[in-house]
Amino acid sequence: MVLQVKGLCKSFNGKEVLQNVSFSLKTGEILAIIGRSGSGKTTILRCINNLVRCDRGTIIVDGMVLCKEDEQDGKVVYAKSAEMLQIRKKLGMVFQSFNLFPHMSVLENIIEAPINVFGVSRQEAIELAEKLLEMLDLQDKVSAYPFELSGGQKQRVAIARACALNPLIMCLDEPTSALDPELREGIALTIEKLAAKGMGVLLITHDMVFAKRVAQRVIFMENGQIMAQGSKEEFFNQITNERIKKFMAE
Amino acid sequence: MIDYIWGLLQIDYIWGLLPALFSGLVGTLKIFFITLLLSLPLGILVAAGRVSKIKPLVSVLHLYIWIMRGTPLLLQIVFIFFGLPHVGITIERFLAILIAFVLNYAAYFAEIFRGGIESIDQGQYDAAKVLGFNSVQTFMRIILPQVVKIVFPSVANEIITLVKDTALVYIVGYGELLRAGRIATNRDASLVPLVVVAVFYLAITWILTKIFERIEKKFAYYQ
Repeated sequence: MVLQVKGLCKSFNGKEVLQNVSFSLKTGEILAIIGRSGSGKTTILRCINNLVRCDRGTIIVDGMVLCKEDEQDGKVVYAKSAEMLQIRKKLGMVFQSFNLFPHMSVLENIIEAPINVFGVSRQEAIELAEKLLEMLDLQDKVSAYPFELSGGQKQRVAIARACALNPLIMCLDEPTSALDPELREGIALTIEKLAAKGMGVLLITHDMVFAKRVAQRVIFMENGQIMAQGSKEEFFNQITNERIKKFMAE
Repeated sequence: MIDYIWGLLQIDYIWGLLPALFSGLVGTLKIFFITLLLSLPLGILVAAGRVSKIKPLVSVLHLYIWIMRGTPLLLQIVFIFFGLPHVGITIERFLAILIAFVLNYAAYFAEIFRGGIESIDQGQYDAAKVLGFNSVQTFMRIILPQVVKIVFPSVANEIITLVKDTALVYIVGYGELLRAGRIATNRDASLVPLVVVAVFYLAITWILTKIFERIEKKFAYYQ
């Protein structure tokens, strides 16, 4: 298991957004978390990437404890900053709106963190970035700026940037929401490529067709709880839960 | 004929004024450049403090900005030069001027930069965080470069105002451009020195405007 989440709880202003969420992700596996907006699925990604601190629960990334509940007082203890940096290196995150740095070229976006945070040599970082850009069919955009790119290209740059630290887990928040329908197959293939390289892929989507196309395993969330989970075949062939049926029908 | 026009333009008279005006100009430029050099970084630091989560710091900076923007710069110069000696702190004239100008302009710059910082999307902070940047790196590498572009027109405007505000130091009798012009005007009972002074100010702001245009072009590489 490259990622283990146990008993995750989070409330915002008294509203419970996550209630006792537990799941795990294997190396090379593509897991889709589906559900309506407001079902808490994005908060899971934000907790895993430590953009939001959870109220209760344990998150273990490749054997390293990102957070866990203290045995005595039950308070959540987070990894110290040096450890946190090592955990961050194992996690890649592609945001829904990509959040590229507009003042940096495509190449600079990708090499900035490896060089300045993780001390990779400039030459090494550029070599890896060029390889990634080639894999993502962006080799002619090396010196372009984000405003010159289409939505699909921006997304691939965001993926390249997230890949630049060789993460073990790739998180994607609503990867199809900003794309034209004809680009969905492209991102599906890219996600499969990442999994084939041995990354665990965790993607959040409300797009059932896309989940069906790309995921190996599916988790369905509603009101901050996991309502159902299973392999893609189990999930889509034996839907018994009324609420999932209703969601699928929408 | 040429002699007549020459006489009408008072070229010889103006020529005679120039040494005094140039030495006044040196005083003006000294205040201008040193203030700019110190108040810009200080303004950025104050802005960073204003948006920080350290509550006491935020309150102190809020008070500082309120005082600096809420009272005339002229009054601040007077207080620092004439007022502080009453409580036992005597500051040399030029230093007193600089303290007043730097504190005043840093407050204005801080508010401009704060507006810029707050206009940056939260997603930029999130992206920097997941990539492992600490808060100083995030500010210096991701946020500030974008803020500088956003606030540049406002900062440029403030810099032009600074050129003219330097004339306020007449209140403590420091030699600068306008004072040099006024001395000549009073002595010769002629407005010509003040016209020349106006031309000097226009020349400075023209040069600055050209420099600002170039910098703005440099920032145009991204949107």
